[in-house]
Amino acid sequence: MRRGRVGSAALVSPALLWWAGLLVLPVGLVLAYSFFERGVYGGVVYDWTLDNYRRAWDPLYLGVLGFSVRVALESTVVSLLIGFPVALFIATRPARWRTVLLVLVILPFWTSLLIRTYAWIVILNDEGIANRALRELGLVEGSVRLLYNEFAIVVGMVSTYLPLMILPIYAALERLGPELVEAAADLGANAWKRLWTVLVPLTLPGIAAGCIFVFVPSLGNFIIPDLLGGGRRQMVGTLVQSQFLEARDWPFGATLAVSLIAMLLALVLMQAWLGKRSSREEAVTRAV
Amino acid sequence: MRHRPARVAILAALAVLVVAIAASAATARPEQSVTLTISNWDAYTPEDLIPRFEKATGIKVKLAKHTTNEDIMGKLEAQNGGGYDIVFVSGPFAEALRKRGWAARLDHKKIPNLKNLYPGASKLAYDRGNRYSVPYTWGTTGLCWRSDLTRQPKSWWDLLRPAPALRGKITMLATDRWLMLPALKVLGYSINTTNPAHLKRAAALLEEAKKNLLAYDDTTFYSKLVSGEAHLVQAWDGWCNYGIAENPKIKFVVPKEGSDVWVDTMVVLAKSKNLDAAHKFLNFVLRPDSGKSVTELVLYKTPNEVAMRSVKKALAKQFPNLAIPPKKLLTYETERDLGKAQPLWSRTVSEIVG
Amino acid sequence: MRSRGGELSLGALFVGTLAFLYLPIAVLVGLSFNESGLPTAWGGFSTRWYGELVRDEEIKDAALATLVVALGATTLSVLLGTPLAFGLDRLRSRTLDGLVFVPMIIPDIVYAIAFLSAFNLVFTQKLGQQLGLWSVVLAHATFGIAFVAIVVATRLAHFDHSTVEASLDLGASELRTFLEVTLPQIAPGVIAGALIVFTLSVDEFVIAFFTAGIEVTLPIKIYSMVRFGVTPVVNALAAVVLGVSIVLVLAAMRLRGREEAA
Repeated sequence: MRRGRVGSAALVSPALLWWAGLLVLPVGLVLAYSFFERGVYGGVVYDWTLDNYRRAWDPLYLGVLGFSVRVALESTVVSLLIGFPVALFIATRPARWRTVLLVLVILPFWTSLLIRTYAWIVILNDEGIANRALRELGLVEGSVRLLYNEFAIVVGMVSTYLPLMILPIYAALERLGPELVEAAADLGANAWKRLWTVLVPLTLPGIAAGCIFVFVPSLGNFIIPDLLGGGRRQMVGTLVQSQFLEARDWPFGATLAVSLIAMLLALVLMQAWLGKRSSREEAVTRAV
Repeated sequence: MRHRPARVAILAALAVLVVAIAASAATARPEQSVTLTISNWDAYTPEDLIPRFEKATGIKVKLAKHTTNEDIMGKLEAQNGGGYDIVFVSGPFAEALRKRGWAARLDHKKIPNLKNLYPGASKLAYDRGNRYSVPYTWGTTGLCWRSDLTRQPKSWWDLLRPAPALRGKITMLATDRWLMLPALKVLGYSINTTNPAHLKRAAALLEEAKKNLLAYDDTTFYSKLVSGEAHLVQAWDGWCNYGIAENPKIKFVVPKEGSDVWVDTMVVLAKSKNLDAAHKFLNFVLRPDSGKSVTELVLYKTPNEVAMRSVKKALAKQFPNLAIPPKKLLTYETERDLGKAQPLWSRTVSEIVG
Repeated sequence: MRSRGGELSLGALFVGTLAFLYLPIAVLVGLSFNESGLPTAWGGFSTRWYGELVRDEEIKDAALATLVVALGATTLSVLLGTPLAFGLDRLRSRTLDGLVFVPMIIPDIVYAIAFLSAFNLVFTQKLGQQLGLWSVVLAHATFGIAFVAIVVATRLAHFDHSTVEASLDLGASELRTFLEVTLPQIAPGVIAGALIVFTLSVDEFVIAFFTAGIEVTLPIKIYSMVRFGVTPVVNALAAVVLGVSIVLVLAAMRLRGREEAA
């Protein structure tokens, strides 16, 4: 390297200063607020307390967290079950087709997320397109409840976050080289076995990344539970949001936010650690 | 001005001078260049109100829109009670703004049109004497229903313990104060109760009621009635009118246990640098013709007695809630800020919804 | 030998996924031409909602505000994120590399609130500023920097450092070397990063909702339209947005094709 550490510091410092002011300071403030009290009419009273954390440790809020984790997990699993085969299908096409197919999958995500969520309301409601189609086909009488439940929330999440699953898996598959992918995708008699023993382990970092990319935003999303869940269940995002806005309880909202960040951070560190271990194992295998 | 021809030249020159001076003096007057920043709910300002105000006073208005009380309160919290000259919020939030010290004390001398209000509209508990807020619209909460699909509801029980045919065809309001209201009313408690035992009993009823609910909905319940997804919804009277406008088979009723009188108010912020212009705006909204256009275009009742008298009779026939007499309305309780009990209320709502 | 069955079922799943992804959009585009405006009944073909869309000043203002915010956030992100990527590439510090990912795991609602708290303390109380489009730009750039840095850093991993050495050895100035040797090599990374930030910013709702002042961006406007009921103008808007993105994608693909051919 020609220029030394001083030059490098000059390169990174503008961005790091930016983050010090607009990321570390704000998140630090939220952390600080979580140790203060709510003013009687909102706002923060600077009296130090641990009470907020005691309040957060409540079966009620743990239940909300549990439900959110469940929805986020369901969304992740469904995304993986769809995303992996789709990525595999694209990766095994001839090179000139791959970009086209990839664009075809990504394109819907370039229309507004809110508008697509609204479209699901139009489709899934009791008098909506899905129910009328089912009635026309004589499959149901009356209507099936498709909207304002957990099903609708998961549909919304998957249709929002699916590309975040497909892209990293596709990238991982493509890195394997065409022959390996084709060989493994050649779903013959031992297809499942080969899938498990060859493709999945080799693309594990991509799968893990995809799962994190879907799980994390699903957990904090509060628009989809509100619009598609009909507000009938609270998720962590809804809870945080309602503490800040509806209850005007910034300290308690901050406490919930801090707990959420801590949980997600632990999750990501765990994934990084797993990733490192698997790359170490890979190195060992190669050395052998 | 008319003058003799002989002096025309001189007078014309003088006139030009006078006009020029007057014009420059006028532009130097603060109101001419003043811009008021006002935030109201989306679709809650009659289209002609702002242009007429601007034309009448020369004051410019920048109209921002919020979706909920909570939304605008969050913005004010972030800006330490600044950023706007006037905000439209419901009664208890006006009370909170006053207690935070963010609401300006109103100068009644500058709002002579306050005399147009019903006497009762100045005695509401969240701000007696309209010292910090001026009511814009008011009304009550009740049941909005499809008369062709279900029989007339009479009691809040019809919402809380619906007939089997109504299960899954019901929505309730999502915001804490109105979500709790039906249960508090059937139990005979105050809608401002801070008694944990009261809240607990109400929560038990509401948890049971949730099983029969299609959704909690603050904004689109009327379109669910129109489409037939819902047959009976808890609704604010004015908002039920949006459904009635599309389908006359939709009706509104206040259950026999009674309800609330909610008030949407205008609050001038203490940080405003345009207090004079802000008072002019309040006074302008209280003009009878302004109040009339609020009712006729937004379909909400206004506490403006003179304005309400001028509203077309046919309208009250089409939208019967407009005919609810203020005397009747004022027998109901109005929402107050919950103060120290707010966290308990929020937890109770989480218990029901979560 | 390839198994037809496996191949077919993969293909079927792919087609099914496309159907799942395009169904909502097809429905909206279809409804945008529905005269009646209600999603429950077909009232005949009409373009009246497009007419209303064009006449809607608020939507136009919101679209303009969205572009301003996205351009601002993208510019800042590129200006700060690109040097950051170079620095990371040189320093090879695990801690710093990890730090870049931190903005991505903070839930948007949490960041929005955190931003507001800091805004009150610093910008309102100390500097007397109010929320506006610029505060949305600041918030979006905070995330954007990370995306640009990550994408450019990936590009730098395959960067041929010897070309820079050669250029400098031949007497070219540092600036000239950067402009003529380094930049062309990393440009695709910078452009890709910028595109990601732009796309995210244009559609970002939660942070914008909390940090915008009086002027609103398109997602905020759409949220309010969707919340307040069935308005067919939203459908027309969806169709237009989709059309614009298809044109953009096609243009980008053509550009790439030309670049590869050259």
